[in-house]
Amino acid sequence: MLILHCPYCGVMADETELHGGGEAHLTRHGPGSSDEDFHDYLFAKENPRGVHFERWRHVQGCGKWFHAARDTATLEVFGTYPAQTTEPPKAIRKAITAKRPGWTWRGFSDPAK
Amino acid sequence: MSEAASALSGAAYEGGLVRVADAGLQGMVTLRGDLEAEAIRAAVREASGCDMPGQRAITAEGDAAVAWMAPDEVLILGPHARAGDTCAALEAALQGQHHLAVNVSDARALFTVTGEDAAVREVLAKLAPVDLSPGAFGPGDFRRSRLAQVPGAFWMPQAGVMRVICFRSVAQYVFDLLCTSAAPGSRVGYFEA
Amino acid sequence: MSTRLATGGRLLDKGRQVSFTFNGKRMTGCAGDTLASALLANDQVMMGRSFKYHRPRGVVASGAEEPNALVGLGTGARFEPNQRATTTELFEGLSAASQNHWPSLDYDIGAVNQAFARFLPAGFYYKMFMFPRVFWKHVYEPFIRQSAGLGKAPDAETRDADTYEHFHAYTDVLVIGGGIAGLQAALAAGRSGARVLVMEQTPHWGGRAPVDGGEVDGKPAEAFIDAAVAELEAMDNVTLRLRCMGAGVYDHGYVLGYERLSDHAPGADGPRHRLWRVRAGQVITATGAIERPLSFAGNDVPGVMLASALRDYVVNWGVSAGDRTVVVTNNDDAYRTALVLLDAGLNVPLILDARAGGGGALADEARARGIRVETGKGIAKVKGRARVTGVAICAQAGEGAVLEEVPCDAVAMSGGWSPVVHLWSHCGGKLNWDDALAMFRPDAGRAPTGHDGAPFVAACGAANGEFGLNAILKDANTAGQTAARATGHKPGRKGAPKASDAGDEAPLEQVWLMPQGANIKLRMKAWLDYQNDVKVSDVQLAAREGYESVEHTKRYTTLGMATDQGKLSNINGLAVLSNVLGQPIPQAGTTTFRPPYTPISMGAIAGEARGALFQPIRRTTVHDWHEAQNAYMEPVGHWRRPYCFPKAGESHEDAVQREVRATRDSLGLLDASTLGKLIVKGPDAGRFMDMMYTNMMSNLAVGKCRYGLMCSENGFLMDDGVVARLSDDTWLCHTTTGGAERVHAHMEEFLQTEWWDWQIFVANVTEQYAQFGVVGPNSRKVLEKLGGVDLSKEALAFMQWTEGTLAGIESRIFRISFSGELSYEVAVPASMGRAFWNKLLEAGKEFGVTPYGTEALHIMRAEKGFIMIGDETDGTVIPQDLGLNWAISKKKEDYIGKRAQARSYMTNPERWKLVGLETVDGSVLPDGAYAVGEGVNANGQRVVQGRVTSTYHSPTLERGIAMGLVLHGPDRMGEVLDFPRLDGSIVQAKIVDHVWFDKDGEKQNV
Repeated sequence: MLILHCPYCGVMADETELHGGGEAHLTRHGPGSSDEDFHDYLFAKENPRGVHFERWRHVQGCGKWFHAARDTATLEVFGTYPAQTTEPPKAIRKAITAKRPGWTWRGFSDPAK
Repeated sequence: MSEAASALSGAAYEGGLVRVADAGLQGMVTLRGDLEAEAIRAAVREASGCDMPGQRAITAEGDAAVAWMAPDEVLILGPHARAGDTCAALEAALQGQHHLAVNVSDARALFTVTGEDAAVREVLAKLAPVDLSPGAFGPGDFRRSRLAQVPGAFWMPQAGVMRVICFRSVAQYVFDLLCTSAAPGSRVGYFEA
Repeated sequence: MSTRLATGGRLLDKGRQVSFTFNGKRMTGCAGDTLASALLANDQVMMGRSFKYHRPRGVVASGAEEPNALVGLGTGARFEPNQRATTTELFEGLSAASQNHWPSLDYDIGAVNQAFARFLPAGFYYKMFMFPRVFWKHVYEPFIRQSAGLGKAPDAETRDADTYEHFHAYTDVLVIGGGIAGLQAALAAGRSGARVLVMEQTPHWGGRAPVDGGEVDGKPAEAFIDAAVAELEAMDNVTLRLRCMGAGVYDHGYVLGYERLSDHAPGADGPRHRLWRVRAGQVITATGAIERPLSFAGNDVPGVMLASALRDYVVNWGVSAGDRTVVVTNNDDAYRTALVLLDAGLNVPLILDARAGGGGALADEARARGIRVETGKGIAKVKGRARVTGVAICAQAGEGAVLEEVPCDAVAMSGGWSPVVHLWSHCGGKLNWDDALAMFRPDAGRAPTGHDGAPFVAACGAANGEFGLNAILKDANTAGQTAARATGHKPGRKGAPKASDAGDEAPLEQVWLMPQGANIKLRMKAWLDYQNDVKVSDVQLAAREGYESVEHTKRYTTLGMATDQGKLSNINGLAVLSNVLGQPIPQAGTTTFRPPYTPISMGAIAGEARGALFQPIRRTTVHDWHEAQNAYMEPVGHWRRPYCFPKAGESHEDAVQREVRATRDSLGLLDASTLGKLIVKGPDAGRFMDMMYTNMMSNLAVGKCRYGLMCSENGFLMDDGVVARLSDDTWLCHTTTGGAERVHAHMEEFLQTEWWDWQIFVANVTEQYAQFGVVGPNSRKVLEKLGGVDLSKEALAFMQWTEGTLAGIESRIFRISFSGELSYEVAVPASMGRAFWNKLLEAGKEFGVTPYGTEALHIMRAEKGFIMIGDETDGTVIPQDLGLNWAISKKKEDYIGKRAQARSYMTNPERWKLVGLETVDGSVLPDGAYAVGEGVNANGQRVVQGRVTSTYHSPTLERGIAMGLVLHGPDRMGEVLDFPRLDGSIVQAKIVDHVWFDKDGEKQNV
């Protein structure tokens, strides 16, 4: 059972206080988008073994959504950060590189590259 | 409003590890806004006499208190009869400043758990996934979490006293939870100094 | 015979007699006994029968690993099957019954299975019960059910008499195991100031050390233990728990502890079990090791026991398993048992050491004390059925030719020791095979890792494969200091105490079958898994049949799948499999270790969540009043709402019909407090509302209400309700009952993760208000009677709201209708809910006021043709299916769900559409019934062309009415469809308009 640091209220929150929200950094496709883009937005999700970016909500706490960068195999958490961003912050990406050199996830990778 | 009733009309439980009681009517106002904004801070001070609390903290002054709920939300506590006025005062003071002030006094139930400090902590630790040891949680701290299966929040006005907030509709559930956790013979002895 | 010795028994209070019953027979033990030791003291060696062959079985071990001595404990509401006698502390009045036999333990009919043992090999069930298929239901399944199952289930009508609880504990270091390793690790960590929690599953500190002997700092091990416990108890930062088992280690330092508070004192105040939900920075597993049996023919005859267990019974409980004990071993440790037995004045006629070279210093001591030691020899077979009567000796190297028979009444066997690596392994700790010691031991380089990627579990002592006292203490000291450092504490440099090193030990020799060339007859009597009756021959057969993976062999033979999870059998079985396959043991690998370490009670898992606390029940402010009226309540989400208010002698059906008629004729009252209420406020609230709802909300005038639909991003209808505009920048959204939290979360999700630059705040004020529907032609009159607010048609038109003081109570009044009647919903502060309800009842008396429930509500909305979320919708229905296009704005560029509703599947004209349905005979259509069409589909099923979504008897129309989704429905008005009932008969219904009542709204607009 995971513990994740809530970047809003600062607690190491037990998983039972949290609600998982699936893949992070999705781009919403609305009216006018192609069938393919819309399909991918709704249904085509990453399912990597290793580095992954997820959305979580501290639902039994401050109620805020945040993002977590996590290894799906070892469950190591590289960092959490507020959800009000379209891409992982540089510090998070650097932290992942330190542990998993050469990582890539969708379009994201080591900030030095 | 003499007919006004709190969720459990003052129900109390004694004879267990601690005393559990419905704390009666309590004024509560939710204020959402930019907690860093001077206008908001000033309005909170004006409405409650309390300073803006820091992250996961609660400040108190007389019969008022202000609890940190989220980075953009505080809960202002005061006498039940005054909550409407507090709302109106905030509304007036914050003209032009994006905010939401709403009276939630009746949306919640408030319980007081009193007794030996370690026992009070234990009763909550049976229900919430929170480190309740004296080194990790004490007077001045405010924590939102879950109480078994429902959301709740709690703080310690002083050693040996825990105040517990939940939604009004589950007041009976939370009261029963607290009483069950306080059942005779269920001392854990984990927070003993 | 087994008996109580005059001396010994360090854990006993011999002055306190304890009486108990076993299979109804009265027996006596001492305070401090386990049930197993007390049974042995009463010469009850046979404690049960085996699962498959019903062979007589006696106790083999002395602790948690015991496979045989399982009993049904207690009676009635406190009965529990499969309790290990070895871990059951004796208490006055204990009542135990043995298992797996009929009619009695001594005479058992199922034991005939033994005669057919050769026809019941591994995989028997898979092979036997395949064909013919028709035999399954009436022959095979009843047979299997009859013979399957370990122990008896408690009576279904009883309710557990005890209580249970959870406790959330946070600690820097958690030490699992309170033997000398655990205590030393706790000392090393505790001295640093780190918070330390120590769990020990038994009621005693010190583990095996007091039995196995040795000195620490020049004093007996027991003195060290006492001093260590005293020092730990004096530390404020250390908590010690006995009778508390580390049950499982999970991700990110989460550990479950299982504390048995009153198993030894039933009926005491407080919970019976407590489940510790621990978050630990570091976990130290000091869980010791378990001795392995040897595989020889008859190794399951009562009286054959682990050498260490025999020693435990003598030293700890002053009980001998027999007068004459033959020891058989492949290592030096078993010699300790021989010496202990000798010290207790018992006879050891022979030690069989399978090693050609024999043992070391301990063997020399045994010989010096006159014990006959035979090296290179083993047991060909054990004599006796219900009790050991002797052993036949053979050469270990041979095929089992008997050299000599030696009478005895107990056999002490030792096949070496396996570290208890379960808790190390639960969360991914890896193992290495140590060929010299013949055991899997933790690989410190591949420890379980936590949230920060660093190791968080360390094994120490025997659990780490260290067996000398000195090595154990040193290992534990290092583990404690390392854990303290890892949690940010300074452990200091204090070293481990010095222990007396054991004398010269000869190395163990791997013996997986005795004798090594044992023939099939012997192999069929050499047990690996006692509890599931798996023999050496079964594993060999599985391998021959192609089950080469250890995980497959396990499932095929059921090796290690019983309640003991193979604590004694897994390594032996694995070794046998490896030998057949001709591959080294590590290549075969181990099966997966899964929590809990030993079975834990369902009560402990449930904790407080039983009875009234099983699930939170949400109550409105007038819940008590409903109950006092004997309302028939139904769950709606976690809420309880009155379904109807039956009067004395009235059926629910009649009550519902009466409530509808009374409301339509005069005045009904509805407790609508459960409807969700969300406030949306801010400069951008208008555009946000337009995104959330399918219709336009930004142009709603202040003071007015509008019905709105809310869809998910997939386009499906998820909620509906009336929206009121409270002020220029504030909207109030009503949601369905139980929908408030979901809708609130939906709004927050988009606000926080999509449009975080929009200035909006949302607050859930659902429970701030008690809200009541005042419905019917007399509703205005009753509210005017309460007084304080002008509610005339001119002042408050349909779909408007106003605020004021009604009957002296601050109120918000919405003129909305879900029934088609003149109707108001009045919201008052929840603290005034009951008071206002009372005033409504009082004022309504003259109008025959009738409180109505959810079913009357449903009927009235159906008569009016309104949809209900959850009836007409099921997560696959879009508003267009329901003919709600009028509530979907065409002007808006976007709203949640708009893009999805343009997908080809959503615009398909073949989608079923909402219509009304009227049975031809006036009866009520069955709920959920399907309309059938012509022919069959590709799967050979009857083609369907529609289904019923809501169906009622309408008291207003005095006939059955229904709504349903039908293929091309709106284009087929007047057509009659066939709806088969469950019994196959057909009910016919005509497609009609789904608005039956007051289509033009004349009644609600007065």
